[in-house]
Amino acid sequence: MSTATGRGRRQLDTTAIVFIALAAVMAIGAILVGTVGRNFLSPGNIRDILTSMSVLGFVAIGQTLVILGASLDLSVPYVVSLSSLIAADTMAGSNARILPAVLAALGACALIGLANGLIVTKLKVHGFMATLGMGLVVKGYLDTQYKGTSGNVPWNFQLIGATGIGPVPISTLLMLGFAALVALYLARTRTGNHLFAVGDNVEVSRLSGIRTARPVIAAHMLCSVFAGLAGLLLASRLGVGSPTVGTQGGYDLLSIAAVVLGGTLLMGGRGSVWGTIGGVAIFAVLDNVMSVMQLNPFLKEVVRGVVIVLAVAIYTGRSIARRRARFGPDAPPPAPGPRDSARGPASASAPSPGHDAREARR
Amino acid sequence: MTTNIFDAPVPDTSSSTAPVLRATDLSKEFFGVRVLHGVSIELYPGRVHGLVGENGAGKSTLMKILAGVYQRDGGTVEFNGEPVSFSHPVQAMDAGLATVFQEFNLLPERTVAQNVFIGREPRRGGLVDQKGMVTRTAALLKDLGIDFIDPAARVSRLSVAEQQIVEITKALSHDAKVISMDEPTAALAGHEVELLYAIIRRLAARGVAILYVSHRLREIFDLCDEITVLKDGAFVSHTPAAELDTAELVRLMVGRSISTYFPSALEGTVPGDTRLQIRGGGNDWIDGIDLQLRAGHITGLAGLQGAGRTELAEAIFGAAPFTRGTLAIDGREARITSIRAAVRSGIALITEDRKAQGLALGQSVLNNALLAVRSVFSRRFAAAAAALPGVLNTLELSSRGTDQEVQFLSGGNQQKVVLAKWLLTKPRIVVLDEPTRGIDVGAKVAVYQLIRELARDGVAILLISSELPEVIGMADTILAMHDGRIVAQLPAGSSEQDVLAAAVAAPIGGTP
Repeated sequence: MSTATGRGRRQLDTTAIVFIALAAVMAIGAILVGTVGRNFLSPGNIRDILTSMSVLGFVAIGQTLVILGASLDLSVPYVVSLSSLIAADTMAGSNARILPAVLAALGACALIGLANGLIVTKLKVHGFMATLGMGLVVKGYLDTQYKGTSGNVPWNFQLIGATGIGPVPISTLLMLGFAALVALYLARTRTGNHLFAVGDNVEVSRLSGIRTARPVIAAHMLCSVFAGLAGLLLASRLGVGSPTVGTQGGYDLLSIAAVVLGGTLLMGGRGSVWGTIGGVAIFAVLDNVMSVMQLNPFLKEVVRGVVIVLAVAIYTGRSIARRRARFGPDAPPPAPGPRDSARGPASASAPSPGHDAREARR
Repeated sequence: MTTNIFDAPVPDTSSSTAPVLRATDLSKEFFGVRVLHGVSIELYPGRVHGLVGENGAGKSTLMKILAGVYQRDGGTVEFNGEPVSFSHPVQAMDAGLATVFQEFNLLPERTVAQNVFIGREPRRGGLVDQKGMVTRTAALLKDLGIDFIDPAARVSRLSVAEQQIVEITKALSHDAKVISMDEPTAALAGHEVELLYAIIRRLAARGVAILYVSHRLREIFDLCDEITVLKDGAFVSHTPAAELDTAELVRLMVGRSISTYFPSALEGTVPGDTRLQIRGGGNDWIDGIDLQLRAGHITGLAGLQGAGRTELAEAIFGAAPFTRGTLAIDGREARITSIRAAVRSGIALITEDRKAQGLALGQSVLNNALLAVRSVFSRRFAAAAAALPGVLNTLELSSRGTDQEVQFLSGGNQQKVVLAKWLLTKPRIVVLDEPTRGIDVGAKVAVYQLIRELARDGVAILLISSELPEVIGMADTILAMHDGRIVAQLPAGSSEQDVLAAAVAAPIGGTP
């Protein structure tokens, strides 16, 4: 029997591939930017890239969680807008009201996430439809309650979106800090572990004694809260809350694209937060290079689209489970045991393991 | 691979006195059909108890009742002398009664260790102790004498044999006193079977009671101390293994006359020319296939789950084409490299899983029945549509009309729609893979009748079935497959014993 780890070539971890791809994109980008006489690695340019990463980063971290649980969240853009409005309205220019404003905004987001999670797990509505519906509900509220920007964010809170340490914006550091917390949550808490399990196979998880609703509800709540954090960051940058800031960013589909680009299976059960951060970074670098090169905006979208499709094609090619060969060059050599000689001529050739992998996986 | 595992001591069966598990008079019904009645079994520490019977004898039902997957309708189960009633598999697991099912309960994307400890991950300082999980899994594996499975490896990268070992490890991590195994060797190669034997003997030596379900009688005799035989959901016998031989055991398992509902060949059926001739055919899953299908002749194909029967059907049908050997249709060499090529050459395959492979469930009877014609022979579409009512009438399809969605039909009527779909392509070679699985007796008889009519009309037929009476009752020639090869050819009217023996590759009184 071949060993589990030594069989064939050892596959690279998907997250590693994402970061290799990121390095490649950066190298190519640096060269391209160089050809137009600009410096890709200048502090100003690095700050631009990192700044553009942080908002999408927050949303994509949350999106990673729901996708790992084999769900999806399309309500994020509206939650982003709602959070920016609640925060800016509650702050109303007063430093003293920053904390209650943040809590109110995130609390509202958590409730939306709770509703999403309950609809998905208890009413068994697929996340796609559940969150599309929830998104429309929030959109309706925003459209009727707000005619335009609203509220006033005090200067102290605006600093979060405006300052940095060297070329590294505070907002990006915060985003990376939260990513580390979520990575810890996934790897080292039971709920996090069970989220992978439920996303992988609900029935096996249920039969193993896992309460399958909990991790999915938690993931939806966290996803909405992360969208809320993105909304807070946007409010900090704009100085006001805006009912359209989320939809303008296209955070629903872009966050899903970043998650998938980061190697997380859209079917759930496999993926990582760091892969998602890599995916967000790839988008940020691509955008930056194309902006600096002054590429036509239409072409920019084409490039983004091609990158997403290519990435998914590559990952899918890597993860397809095939029925294993019993005969032929791919089959492991027969290793007759002492019993084989006694089994009669009919069974003299040993089949490979796993020719029934197909059945076993059903 | 280490060899120390083969030195496991022989189980000491003399010390066992009280049964660790005693199930008495179990019964179970599904939708009014008795699948188990009056079945009793006792398992003793350190002993391997074989459970055998034909398909549908109730073995899996019994195991699932013990495992808490099904609830029994009658009877009692005592575990360690206490009456128990498990309503969830986790309860049974926690109590020390573990089951290794045929379909594994593993998460492919999670690691070995994470699978072993799923749902009860050990924690340190409030956080899941991934390292501890790996260490403890490694220790459990070492206990089994296994050093070639990395506890941190993802399960999807393991072979089926290795996955099985992970299941057993999971059982051990629950400190199981009883482990039941359902067809554990169905997907294993010879040397892997040896490894499993060694593990089972080791477990028995440690005082674990094993319930071992297998079709492979040789394994039953190799491993088991005692054997219980079930038939048609009822208890037949319980005997020490030493007092039985293969012939006697097969007689106990079969022990009934072939049912009479197989129609005999129709008037005017004349075996004709060779329609399909395969010489030395093979691909990644089957090898050395020599097969001849003749017009008006029914060839039956028997074999165990995983013997390669479906793979052979898919090779003929171009779904997983032959990569070796030659294939001739009506005496002319042909290359069937795609399903479309097969259908154009007059080949039809009735797939074994009609819901997943045979029908578009949300579509109407009409659309399903015309699907194959429409996609491959579009010019014949109008003629086929005109012929459809007649075909459905012949098949005695009962539906609320041809616009009814097939998902609302009974299994038997669904199968008739599948048959109609292929009859409309006017096939000359028909391969039927488990055509009567899960349909009622009336529909079965209709299918048998149809097969006879096809034969009379000069169609060459390959009938694949796990139901031995079906193969024997219908076929003019019987082939047995084992490990991806055709291992025996038997004449019409062979006994179930002979066919079963050929299919399990356990010779009775000489080589098959």
